[in-house]
Amino acid sequence: MSEIANTFTLDGQIVQFTPGQTILEAALDAGLYIPHLCFNPELKPHGSCKLCTVIVNGRSGSACTIKAMPGQEVQSSTPELDGRRRLQLQMIFVEGNHFCPGCEKSGNCKLQAVAYDLEMLNPHFPHFFPERPIDASHPDVMIDFNRCILCEQCVQTSRDVDGKNIFALAGRGMKSHLVINSPSGKLGDTDFALTDKAAHVCPVGAILEKRVGYAKPIGERKYDEQTIREQIAADAEGGL
Amino acid sequence: MTHLTLSLVEIATPILDRHHNDPTRLLQILHDIQDELDYISPETMEYLANKLEIPITRVQSVVEFYSFFHAKPNGKFRILFSDNITDRMLGNKDLFDHMLNRLHLEPDTVSEDGLVSVGMTSCTGMCDQGPALLINNMPITHLTPRRIDEICDLVKSGLPVSNWPSHYFKVDNNIRRADELLATAYNMGDAIKAAVAKGAQGMLDEMKRSNLRGRGGAGFTTGVKWELCRNSQSDERFIVCNADEGEPGTFKDRVLLQSFAGHVFEGMTIAGFTTGAKQGFVYLRAEYKYLVKSLQIFLENMRAAGFLGQNILGIDGFDFDIEIHLGAGAYVCGEETALIESLEGKAGRPRIRPPFPVTCGYKNKPTVVNNVETLCKVTEIARRGGAWYEGRGTRQSTGTKLLSVSGDCARPGIYEFPFGVRISDVLEECGAKDVIAVQISGAAGVCLAPHEFHRRIAFEDVPTAGSFMIFGKDRDMFEVALNFAEFFAHESCGFCSPCRIGTSLVKDMMQKIAVGRGTKYEINEIQRLRDQMKNFAHCGLGQTAGNAICDCITKFRPAFDKHLSSRDFLPAFDLELSLARSREVTHRDDADAHLGAK
Amino acid sequence: MDTQVSSQPQKVAKRKIRVATTSLSGCFGCHMSLLDIDERILQLIEVVEFDRSPITDIKHCGPCDIGLIEGSVCNSENVHVLREFRDNCNVLIAFGACAVAGGLPAQRNHLDIGDALREVYCDRTGLGKQIPNDRELPLLLDKVHPINEVVRVDYFIPGCPPSGDTIWKFVTDLIAGHMPRLEHPLLKFD
Repeated sequence: MSEIANTFTLDGQIVQFTPGQTILEAALDAGLYIPHLCFNPELKPHGSCKLCTVIVNGRSGSACTIKAMPGQEVQSSTPELDGRRRLQLQMIFVEGNHFCPGCEKSGNCKLQAVAYDLEMLNPHFPHFFPERPIDASHPDVMIDFNRCILCEQCVQTSRDVDGKNIFALAGRGMKSHLVINSPSGKLGDTDFALTDKAAHVCPVGAILEKRVGYAKPIGERKYDEQTIREQIAADAEGGL
Repeated sequence: MTHLTLSLVEIATPILDRHHNDPTRLLQILHDIQDELDYISPETMEYLANKLEIPITRVQSVVEFYSFFHAKPNGKFRILFSDNITDRMLGNKDLFDHMLNRLHLEPDTVSEDGLVSVGMTSCTGMCDQGPALLINNMPITHLTPRRIDEICDLVKSGLPVSNWPSHYFKVDNNIRRADELLATAYNMGDAIKAAVAKGAQGMLDEMKRSNLRGRGGAGFTTGVKWELCRNSQSDERFIVCNADEGEPGTFKDRVLLQSFAGHVFEGMTIAGFTTGAKQGFVYLRAEYKYLVKSLQIFLENMRAAGFLGQNILGIDGFDFDIEIHLGAGAYVCGEETALIESLEGKAGRPRIRPPFPVTCGYKNKPTVVNNVETLCKVTEIARRGGAWYEGRGTRQSTGTKLLSVSGDCARPGIYEFPFGVRISDVLEECGAKDVIAVQISGAAGVCLAPHEFHRRIAFEDVPTAGSFMIFGKDRDMFEVALNFAEFFAHESCGFCSPCRIGTSLVKDMMQKIAVGRGTKYEINEIQRLRDQMKNFAHCGLGQTAGNAICDCITKFRPAFDKHLSSRDFLPAFDLELSLARSREVTHRDDADAHLGAK
Repeated sequence: MDTQVSSQPQKVAKRKIRVATTSLSGCFGCHMSLLDIDERILQLIEVVEFDRSPITDIKHCGPCDIGLIEGSVCNSENVHVLREFRDNCNVLIAFGACAVAGGLPAQRNHLDIGDALREVYCDRTGLGKQIPNDRELPLLLDKVHPINEVVRVDYFIPGCPPSGDTIWKFVTDLIAGHMPRLEHPLLKFD
């Protein structure tokens, strides 16, 4: 061979990539699913949830941040990695208050969808039961901080897309939390608007539009119809 | 309110001017403001955000991230006890309680008159002379009940700490064994002159020949790091000295900065000369704030002697200067990318790597981050050459290493050994007897049992950043592991979910075992979480957070077993305690109002 | 993840599998959903007999093969019942969101229980001024917990409630001696 092909293998399957792409981006383009949560294809990779951890040439790392390279051998769908991802989800579930039956995002929630896909049956660890007051000060949008998974998608979107800088993370360790850029710390005292893209990027039910509750009934929602894995395969098909 | 606002403006304006309203200097600004105002109120945050033209959340994020910034009043005197395991072994908890009693205080609560508050903090780097505390950032070591009484009397008198008798703040070097670094007389400028004589490329060649490896623990080859930085395309480069010596049990950098600052600064200047960087930063942990004044005087003297500043040694274009930046109490900032974030005035969350700092570091420019000790070693190589340097130590670990020895031994302090020294030789030299364990390289390191004491300090065997904590036969290794578990839960930056949640779960389980409610189930869970963090965490902090705890479980199992219940499972929480509030509000105390210990 | 099923289907085929069910702090929705297996209950009853359960009116749980627990642990009585089940059942299953994760009752966990009781019993007109303190009444725990935070639990069936099909799949897997498995579309948290 005169040139090295821009391909790597994912669980033995050959995946094409464009130079500059990450392993996760290339896999998703090919319709191959690597579980992930904090990644949003329209934003810079965050790399905090660690669900997309894969083994690349024997070393573990986040598929969302590692650049695809010719000839890489990537392992993702192994019982060991899936077991760790399940454990990671369980840790995320007990950290917050993820009460799906009472959450408007249920059925459209990525955290829940990934947990379904990995067949997580319970949160396993003792719950932390956080006490973070809800912010309902904004006329059109509410924030339940107890559901926040600290992925910073709203932070990035508001800053880089909406140009408003409404959100940020503050605190350290388990005291890390989302904060709002206004003297009162309330969303209602910012120029945040429902038309902001940041109002619609939350992968879980932390940032929700008001007055549209249950417009679509539970059982007929995005991930009720298809699993997240099936959807990604279908999206790639449609994109071709 | 108007009066308050006015005084805020009066106080903040000169500080902001001094820092050129530069948001990358946010930590330094907050330090200066807090020195004046005692804490950073929401009003102050808003004011600073406006002046610096950054979101309030950026200020809030920094204030909340660092242990040494406070959003609430702290009292005129803020007292923090060092809470490393070596402090605990020397009785810091009893002294802490003693002080709280004398001052009629609860932990971390300001006295009603606003005079004083007392809390705990992570290792302050005084393990060879503990127990220790910080009072308004000044260290007091060798604490005894009597010394605590004296401190309480001084606090009650209201006398500012700056006017206290200076003997209280005496910090010893305790150099017990000196070799090339500690025994060689310093003559200002010798090393810089030697490096200049070799030329930048020549110096780099010597560095590579020396095979000097980073003393912060990871052991990357320093010459290669410099070369990568030098070869990166950029108009600007930076040299950063990592003086965020936060690893529990290590204090060698404190001694180097206190008494060998010239080595450090010259090492930085040589790094600047070799790589083409013109600006250096010393990122100094806030626990060592008391050193700032003497370091600045030293820098001033170097400038006056022409070894810093423009056209050093009269060489056209050899410009280099050094600035000291203070951290604010965050262990994670020892990680080089977290340190760089902090240096840029942000919360210290480790970046995604690659890119590495050598190509994209401070302000996204090529940046060399070297440990304090590494930079000192540079001066040896400049003076005596790489080939000479390589002759000491072992094949893969050249030169000498400083060990910070503390814990159960007759002579705690600093020991400089050539790499390759056996653990048992160190133990003998420091007068340690009946040792059951040595914790090497701090909470993130390894715990060795006596059958491993023949092993050697070297990158190819037992690597270390320098911490060497000794545990004698009467020590409870469970207590050691518990201290580390609490440390990591406190210091996790919170960015990645494995470490943020994992360290807290491990801490809770260790505390459950500590109160006698743990079972084998918790032991298994802790080991599972350790594996999780090791494989999934974002940076070295999380990846190593469970190591020492699990070493203790494996090697000192009886110490754990004696705390364990014989049952196979006990509730995650204390059932009896969980009824206490209901008993209180219903005024019941009948048999059915209790659930017993089961 | 949690312990293997201990009942051996070949041996127990000769006698019926004894099953107990109860609801702790729950709404009995999961029990209603159990009835949603509809006519399959006739198949079930071929191999299963019920011990303590809302459908038998037996007051205390005797030795059983399987215990199904709905609801979370909210008060001292819940703790006693749960312990009785754990002591008597070879296999203990949490079924439904409350038993699995705390569910709706756990949404009071950010409130002080004293404030909550005072608001209900003292601050409203017509209800007197005293928090009930009869010793017959179970005392409330300061926080509501899923059952695996109080006893060791072998299996979990999430859902609010889990559907009849989900319960059927899980229980028949278990009885057949398979490792029970729930996947799309049977695995639901809502």
